Amino acid sequence: MKKKKMTAAEKNRALWGWMFITPTMLGLIILNFYPIFNTAYQSLCKTGDFGKGNTFVGLRNFQSVLSNPETWQSLINTIKYALIEVPFGVVIALILAVFLNKKLKGTSIYRTIFFLPMVCAPAAVAMVWKWLYNQQFGLLNNFLGTKIAWITDSKIAWISIGIIGVWSIIGYNMVLFISGLQEIPHDYYEAAEIDGATGIRQFFHITVPLLSPTTFFIVQTRVIGALTVFDLMFMVMDRTNAALQKVQSIVYLFYDYAFNKGNKGYGATLVMVLLIFIMIVTLVMQKAEKKFVFYN
Amino acid sequence: MENVRTRDRVNKIIMYVILTFMAIIMLVPFVWMVLTALKTNQEAISVNPFYILPAHGWHWENFGTVWKSYNFLTLYKNTLLMILFRVICACLTATMAGYAFGRLRFPGKNFMFALVLIQMMVPAQIFIIPQYLMVSKLGMLNTTFGLVFPGLVTAFGTYLLKTGYQGLPRDLEEAASIDGCNIGQQFLLIMMPLTRSSMISLGIFTAVFAFKDLMWPMIVTTKAETTTLSAALAKMTGQYSSDYPAMMAAATLAVLPMVVIYVIFQKQFVEGIATSGGKL
Repeated sequence: MKKKKMTAAEKNRALWGWMFITPTMLGLIILNFYPIFNTAYQSLCKTGDFGKGNTFVGLRNFQSVLSNPETWQSLINTIKYALIEVPFGVVIALILAVFLNKKLKGTSIYRTIFFLPMVCAPAAVAMVWKWLYNQQFGLLNNFLGTKIAWITDSKIAWISIGIIGVWSIIGYNMVLFISGLQEIPHDYYEAAEIDGATGIRQFFHITVPLLSPTTFFIVQTRVIGALTVFDLMFMVMDRTNAALQKVQSIVYLFYDYAFNKGNKGYGATLVMVLLIFIMIVTLVMQKAEKKFVFYN
Repeated sequence: MENVRTRDRVNKIIMYVILTFMAIIMLVPFVWMVLTALKTNQEAISVNPFYILPAHGWHWENFGTVWKSYNFLTLYKNTLLMILFRVICACLTATMAGYAFGRLRFPGKNFMFALVLIQMMVPAQIFIIPQYLMVSKLGMLNTTFGLVFPGLVTAFGTYLLKTGYQGLPRDLEEAASIDGCNIGQQFLLIMMPLTRSSMISLGIFTAVFAFKDLMWPMIVTTKAETTTLSAALAKMTGQYSSDYPAMMAAATLAVLPMVVIYVIFQKQFVEGIATSGGKL
């Protein structure tokens, strides 16, 4: 590469540039880039007592993580959670967004209500839902007249957790959809109206394709978000809950090993597995984007 | 034409019914939380679906009891300090870096910005163990610094502000430099004030996510007097697990400040979180 000589003004500008990015770059290196390599290194180490004295053990952690059925179960649990949260969270939010985009009266009140869970600590939200799900005294069983063990029956506990996830995220997805909808030119709908297309046909032939970049963006961020879920499982499932095994996510398992059991090496390995998994998912989604998303 | 009008009216009614139904589902947990908090435990566990309101007086003292036993004043203070410093750090570092990436030319810029993007793509859990070890080695466990630590800088905020600065017209700086402003002055006096809305978005976004954070406060605080609202709630479920009014009172106290602020500044909140989220 040929290096051009910089003029004084350019040099001055570069100096300012470097100065302005220094705090951020220094922070990123210390807080994020060093940790990436450190986590990778720790995943190759056996953690000594009290987290001291790491000894290099090569891939032995990976061996024990990958041969532990608990790991695979937690991966399956995480995927199952994502399979509830993402599709339902996206479809319900899309429907609500389309309604709220129709300039009805009271739109802003509805929007305020739907968005409310977004500003609430998941810890508190999960506590409330745990109380609603209470088998003996919970509102849900009392209202439905049932005796369902919402969070202790391993067959349905993952659905119950998924419902909390959907409830929590609808408002956020909805707001993103609304801003996507507002970018669709109004003439398309007017033309369709003249052609006599019904609301539902307009939805599938205009809204869905033209909104696909927004939809893809939401799906992509929500998939990553759902695959790193932790708070809901941690708050709702007691450690003595028999269904925990069938619900705990991979990040839950990571937290448990790294910070409850003090096995940082094993925890680091779990998070490396998560990283690889998320990279694969991201690649698949990038491929899907080319196929399903309509950019004009 | 008459047909179309009735069809529109029917559609409208259907939409309102669905919207209202969903609004009720969204609100029921909050309503039940507050109502339970006002009952005695006896009332809370009485098995009757129509027993909605507290019958034997509204027990506001439940709030006082958890307020004292969990020292909510300290929890509010700790959470507020964490949020405050994270917002200040995020806005300060991101606006500078965003300006440099968006407006200035310097060698290594593309490489550095690639690092910013990489940080955004990696799941945050990968940073946690080393970050914890650093805080622990610095002897900063159970301090506000420890709580703020991962939020000292923000890759996402840098990206957000960079887009904000790029959207400003070119001639602004030229006019300023003709007037004899150096780059620092251009930044401080002209450019930074113009990205106020991006900065507010980033501030709200940072505040809300700091407020919601659970894992990091649990890791770096071990004492009740140094922890945050979320982490304190996590401890509470273990101890108070059968005193439902107490738990619901605690949950109410934990969400209340943010909900009140949200209701007052809802437009900024929705826009702040959505525009930030939408640019991720």
